Amino acid sequence: MSETDYPSGGEGEVLVAVDNLTKHYGPIRAVDGISFEVRRGDVLGFLGPNGAGKTTAMKMITGFLEPDAGTVSVAGLDVARERLAVSRRIGYLPENAPAYGEMSVEAFLGFIAEVRELESPEDRIDSVIEVTHLRRVRGQTIETLSKGFKRRVGLAQALIHDPDVLILDEPTDGLDPNQKKVVQDLILSLSSNRCIVLSTHILDEAERVCNRAVILSEGRILVDSTPDDLVARAPGHNAVRFRVVDEDVAGIVEELSGAAWCAAARVLPNGEVEVEPRSGENRLNDVLATVGERRVADVRVREGRLDELFREVTKGVAA
Amino acid sequence: MSALALRFVGMKAVLRREFRGYFSSPLGYIFIVIFLIASGYLMVSRDFGRFLEMREANLDALFSYVPWIFVVLVPAVAMRLWAEERRSGTVELLLTLPITLEGSYLGKFLAGWAFLSVSVFLTWPAVFQVARLGDPDWGAVFSSYVASLLTAAVLLAIGLLFSALSRNQVVAFILAVAASVGFLLIGVPQTQEFVGKWFGGYVERVVSSLSLLDHFETLTRGLLQLNSLLFFALFTVGWLICGMLVLSRTKTN
Repeated sequence: MSETDYPSGGEGEVLVAVDNLTKHYGPIRAVDGISFEVRRGDVLGFLGPNGAGKTTAMKMITGFLEPDAGTVSVAGLDVARERLAVSRRIGYLPENAPAYGEMSVEAFLGFIAEVRELESPEDRIDSVIEVTHLRRVRGQTIETLSKGFKRRVGLAQALIHDPDVLILDEPTDGLDPNQKKVVQDLILSLSSNRCIVLSTHILDEAERVCNRAVILSEGRILVDSTPDDLVARAPGHNAVRFRVVDEDVAGIVEELSGAAWCAAARVLPNGEVEVEPRSGENRLNDVLATVGERRVADVRVREGRLDELFREVTKGVAA
Repeated sequence: MSALALRFVGMKAVLRREFRGYFSSPLGYIFIVIFLIASGYLMVSRDFGRFLEMREANLDALFSYVPWIFVVLVPAVAMRLWAEERRSGTVELLLTLPITLEGSYLGKFLAGWAFLSVSVFLTWPAVFQVARLGDPDWGAVFSSYVASLLTAAVLLAIGLLFSALSRNQVVAFILAVAASVGFLLIGVPQTQEFVGKWFGGYVERVVSSLSLLDHFETLTRGLLQLNSLLFFALFTVGWLICGMLVLSRTKTN
């Protein structure tokens, strides 16, 4: 595949290259021949329903699972042949952020630093504790921490060696909205000089932190694009809504439906009129011109919603 | 780094973490206390070791029951090592760090073995008493400790295999106890008689050469025989390799 086949937010070097990756669990195809590239500066969001193959794909990128077919290379190294070298370049947060519960935050990070043979482990531990806001709990045993703190401990261990590649499996799953925001801000602050692959089924999150979104379903890539593009492709993007004041609603709807640029015009249950343009373009001016002198109020243009697109593209495959 | 050293990358860090782990929870201390009470009781009990009645300056009364105590206690030391990693999902973290499967496996084995060694050496007051009361055969005392540590190693390797096989610690424990008892029972005279009667003398000799109890006894008598040492070494390495193969298949389940 040529490089231009992959959309990319970053201009940096390719850090993760996945080619035709496949994994079966018995008769089930968990991952079915996926290919993509991620560059330095990219934050790629894996979106998809549960069981879409997001976690399996990530396990193969990190070298924990061996693929049945296809290759993964990280920073130019083949994961199958040079797993140890690859593991030094990757920071990985597995699903549910597993950690040794009986250890204190500091001892746990010390263990990771020892395994990774860091040159000045104390400085690195202090630094990641600072970045992930763990100072208050650094001496506390991990099993006594709240979910939000545990997740940040997982992020801290993934960051301790300042890796080029971060693989985060559902980094905000199960967190409350405040904890989610903290973790998302952290991911955003980390994204400038590395590449991040994260999985999520929260679409707002992808919109907030990712510059690239891949929708996966039943092990296949259905969409590989930017979140903005996905929003533009969502059904109902740039639909115009307004309320009609003391006028003939049916007449207006009929006139709008007749316009060439109009895909659909209808009266919503709450009495408002919604006009959906063809091809997702902003047609507010045309709508206003058609309405003319008639009195309308609360005119607004709606943005497409990622979850609507998600439902549409996964409709055929997800049960 | 040599090719062999590369296979065991990360071993030292895992060893240190696991060894400290035994002392960061009550489990380690409970184990030591139970081991010392059990071995002390069996040593002086009139029904078992009869140490006080024998009036001899040797430690047979202590060491002859060590394999039977280990059959229950070593699986307890081993059960947590992989089952807990798999249950909590940390196995995924561990094996995506710059650690090889062999390095982590051996690191855990050595940590458990070091912990068992500490427990075994805490029987020193018995040695001290014997030395005070008489003139023991120091060669036999030394080789008895060697025999105990080797028995601990082979049973630990069995326990580790079952810990890699099941993500439930209790299941791992029960299976390991059953396998260890079976392994020990090969060596009791009744088994060997039975085998001899049905399969003939040749098979009986093969079975008796596989008897952990016989090799253990040879060593505790002060004879550091090569074939006994090889028996322990080969079986320990064999069970370790089996365990690594099992883990490489079960790690993702």
